[in-house]
Parts: sequence; C-alpha cells; structure tokens
Amino acid sequence: MTAATRPDAARADRPATRPDADRADRPATRPDAGRADRPATRPDAGRPSRPAHRTWRTRGGLASWRWHPRAAVVATTLVVLLVPVGVATMTTGTYPVHVGDVLAALGGDATTPVERVLLGIRLPRFVAGVVVGAALGIAGAVFQTISRNPLGSPDVIGFTTGAATGAIIAITAFAAPAPVVAGAAVVGGLVTALATTLLATRRRSFGGYRLVLVGIGVGALLNAVNDLLLTRSQRDDAIGAQTWLVGTLNARGWDEVLPTGAAVAVLVPVLLTAGTRLRALELGDDMARQTGVAVDRVRLGTIAVAVALVAFATATAGPIAFVALAAPQLALRLTRGGSLPLFGSAALGALLLTTADLGSQWLPLDLSAPVGLVTGVLGGAYLLWLLTRGR
Amino acid sequence: MEGNPMPDSRLVADGLRLAYQDRVVAEDLDVRVPDGGFTVVIGPNACGKSTLLRALGRLLEPAAGTVSLDGRAARSLGTKEFARALASLPQSVVVPDGIAVSDLVARGRFPHQTLLRQWTVADEAAVDAALDATGVRRLADRRIDELSGGQRQRVLLATVLAQDTGILLLDEPTTFLDVTHQIEVLELCRELHERGRTIVAVLHDIAQACRYATHVIAMRDGTVVASGTPAEVVTEELVEDVFGLRSVVVPDPVTGTPLVVPLAGRAAVAA
Repeated sequence: MTAATRPDAARADRPATRPDADRADRPATRPDAGRADRPATRPDAGRPSRPAHRTWRTRGGLASWRWHPRAAVVATTLVVLLVPVGVATMTTGTYPVHVGDVLAALGGDATTPVERVLLGIRLPRFVAGVVVGAALGIAGAVFQTISRNPLGSPDVIGFTTGAATGAIIAITAFAAPAPVVAGAAVVGGLVTALATTLLATRRRSFGGYRLVLVGIGVGALLNAVNDLLLTRSQRDDAIGAQTWLVGTLNARGWDEVLPTGAAVAVLVPVLLTAGTRLRALELGDDMARQTGVAVDRVRLGTIAVAVALVAFATATAGPIAFVALAAPQLALRLTRGGSLPLFGSAALGALLLTTADLGSQWLPLDLSAPVGLVTGVLGGAYLLWLLTRGR
Repeated sequence: MEGNPMPDSRLVADGLRLAYQDRVVAEDLDVRVPDGGFTVVIGPNACGKSTLLRALGRLLEPAAGTVSLDGRAARSLGTKEFARALASLPQSVVVPDGIAVSDLVARGRFPHQTLLRQWTVADEAAVDAALDATGVRRLADRRIDELSGGQRQRVLLATVLAQDTGILLLDEPTTFLDVTHQIEVLELCRELHERGRTIVAVLHDIAQACRYATHVIAMRDGTVVASGTPAEVVTEELVEDVFGLRSVVVPDPVTGTPLVVPLAGRAAVAA
C-alpha cells in the first residue's frame, strides 16, 4: 500500500519506527507523496518539539532575556575549545616548551628564554589568531545576513580585492615597509567597500542583491588591476606582494595584535547589541520596517562596523581566505536556529583560524604553508561540500 | 454619505500623492479608515491599492500629503511608537528556512522591547495570545519550512498580532492560498475584527470582500471611486466602471451580501 492511499498512517509511524527512513528510494516508489509528509524525510524534522527557548528575568522585571540552550551550549563549547588549541600553539615550534612551562610563564614565573618565546612570540601569535578569526567570523555573519546569501562575505563587496590592490601598490610602486603595506591594504579595502556601497545605493537605500552584483563587478575589475600590477612589477616585488596576499600569522607581535584586539573588544559587542535589529532584516525590508526597525540605518551601520573589523583583521594578518565565508554557516549548522548566530560565528572564526594556524605549523617542513593557504584549502573543500550536498 | 454620520477614524490620509521614483501611482488620495471596522480595498491590478496600504503603514513615504494617526502626522512619530499602534503584513515576507514558529512570532514584539527588557511577561503573554488566536500553538516548536501554505500564512498573521496593535493592515493575505485556506484566514480576520481590532485588507475576490467587509473602498487608476458598505459600493455600474466587467449583481445565496456574476462570453468585457 502506498502513502498516497493512507498518508496519515505513513506519516505517523515513520519517524518512530525508522528514523533514518530509506530516503533514496522513497521519491521513486511513491512519486505522489506530497508536501504533507516531506518533513519526515529530514532527519531532524520529525521530532515533535526540539527544546524551545528559555526565559531569564530579574526579580523586579528590570531585565529579561529569551535564549536558546543549544546556541548557548555551542558558544560555550567553542570558547572552551580555544584553550587546548592555545596550549598546543604555545608548545609548538622549534624551541621546546612543555605545558608546565606555559602555566609557569602565564603565572609570571619562568626562565627568561622560555618567557621570551612564549609571551613575546607564541602568545601574540595565538591572540592574533583569536581576534582576527573572531573579527572575520562575525563580519561574515553580518554580510551574509544582509545579503541574504550564504556566499556573502566581505569579499563580496570587493573588500579583500581592494585591500590587495592597496598592498600591491605599496609594495611594487613604493617598496614600502610592512606597517605601511598593512595601512595601504586597509585604505584600499575601505575605499573599495565605500565605492561598492555607493554604487549599489539607489535613493538612500541599497538592497542585498544589488550589493552582491556591484561587488562582484568591482571585484573583477580590481582583480584585473592586481594582475596587471604584478606582471608589470620587478620579480622580487611580485614575490613579496604574493607572500603578503596569502595571509599569515607568522611573526605577529603585540604591536600588531593590540590595536586589533581593542577593535574587536569594542566593535563585537556593538554588533551583538544590534543583533535583534539585524535579524529583523531577514524577514524583508517591509516586515522589518513595520516592526519599527530603521532598516537603512541598521544596514549601513552594521556593514560599516563589519568592514572596520575586517580592515583591522586584514592589517594584522593579510587577507585570510574563507573564514568569514565558512564560520557563520558552520555555526548555523551547529546551533540549528533560523538565523546566523553572531557570537557563535565569532567564536567559530577564532577556533577555525587558530586551528588552521596550528595545522600549518604541524605540516612537514617541505609542505609548510602560511595559514591563509590552509584556510583557503579548507574553505574550498567546505564550499564544495556546501554546494554539492543538496538540501 | 448624508444621514450617515462619519465614524471616528484614528488613521486618516489627506491629499496623498504616491509614487515609485518618478512613476506616480496615485494622486489626491483621501482615505478615512473607520475605527473598529473591517475595511477592504478592492480594485483591478495596478490600481494603487497595495501602494495605498504601504503608505498607510508608513512603508512608503508619500510624495505629497500626510498620513496621520490619532491626529498626529505619522512621520513625526517614532518608528517603534508607530509600530506599537499599527502593524502591517506586507505582501512579500521573506522567512528564513530554519526558524521555529515561536521564534518568528516572538519577533513581532520588537517595538515593545528595549536593550534590557527583551522578553517581559507581557511579551510572552502577547505571543501566547497570538498563537492561540491563530490556532498555531501546537506548531510553536516546528520549523517554518515544514508548514503548509495556509499554516505559514496563519503564523505570519500571528507575528503581526503579537505586535499587539489596535490597527492591522493586511496586503492580500489570501494570495497563493486555496479556497479553504482563504476562508480560514478571512474568518480569522473577522474574529480579530469582532474582538475590537481595526482591520484594513486588500483583497482580490469581490464576493469575499462583500462577505467580510464592513466598509469597502473601491479604487481605479490611483483614485478612490467609491467607499461605503458593501451593498452601497458593489453595484453593476461600479463593477463596470472600476473593473471594466459587465455583470449581474445578485444577493449571495448564503449571506445576502452582493455577489458579482459576470455576463457570458465577450459581452462581459466592457469596451
């Protein structure tokens, strides 16, 4: 007997008796099974109710909150996982350091050379990974929410390509030292982001799709410019530019890390408090506006903050690929909510980048690669998985 | 209108000119929305009825004229303040796939929330009431992409209901629904209206408009051609004038409200 003749019976018993129901052959054998029983084909959909939200209120009613246990568990787990990655980063490298030395050094009680290696080299490297990863992750969540597109990222509005243009010009035309290159990259990225936003704006309002399309156009244009600059430049300059363009956490000192850390400490909370407004945009401009959200102001404001975070991240580590793209989507798959989790994206971005950096150091010497290449490879694999697994 | 005292109107539009960029959709539009009424706007495609609703809901800034709420210019009110008095269900709502019904409905509480007070007892009560009124409480923990079209529309209605406003604007709330779900949504609107809400809806089906409306506004080419009770407005002359359709208007066999029956063949289409 087919589902068409007894749809209710089929629907009722399927999730209970065979939760991983033969998904592959069902469409073929019962082509007419319609919308009604489709939920049962999704492994997590048949559950009667997933644990809903929890409520937290102060006694006087001064403050109240609605939160999802799953999102909280995911966020906490991601942050806690940073600890072993941090310890591993501190004990990785040519100078041998043991876990006990790490604790001693953090407690301000270690021999001078160990302290110099740990606090002067490895700790800033790890902290750079955390703040750059967090900045890219949360910025990616903002861009994807606003463009309503899982492929949205700062790259989409040409930021990364523009940053590269700035850096290449600084290196090939002016033979600039590293801090100037970083500054030129930030300026290049900001100018490109501003140009894209202005070009995508019609009557004080810019929609998601326009932003993506204009961004792709601007990005393609700048890519051609970058290639032209590189082929016309001296060979040594081209190699130097290429190295910078990959992105690395190698040899990052406190001078580079602290400004970015401060920016993350200030700007991430700003985005978190704007979270409700940002999520309101997901329902479409009209729906958001009718609940009292100042749509254009929220969109412009959150993009500006996200671009600033990416600018700091790029100045510190160069253009790191794919963290902004992958972290929000992976975090969403972990929290299983409807919206991209802002804090979760930041935490996952930090974990992704620090782990990738650790992996890049553990590679055999002849395969050793800067972290930007590792995230690039990981990101490419992730993208293929995202595009091919179907829904 | 003489002998029929004008009912009070919290929501009034005066001399509106509505335009998208340079294309003027409506001009010199005066509309009074009767308090506590169920107003339905009818008219052919592209007559400006959705545009009027968007202007009334402050989703579209009028090129000229004013929309006022409780005697104050709508644009002078804070966005949240306005959203606590009037809710709009737009024609196109994007709903993220994985979102749970209760989370979506809770978003209707935004105009009542502050940075610290995100989920007060009142917020929770309003969401519960909205879930009950629309009959979707048992779906509260389901994901929105698992629902049928009719359920989805009721959840969207619950979202604007949770906003807890006295006035509700609904732009074609029955589009894309089969006839049973259309009636279900309209019955729900009638219940809301009977419990004291002022409702303005754009509908395509004239018979349904006549059945449910207490007040009908007929529009053509961006102007209001007639307004009043369904029996006053929906006549054979008006249907020909507004829709270009020759018809016989008979009493609905069930409700007695006007029912438009088009003439047979080419004769139905007025020159």
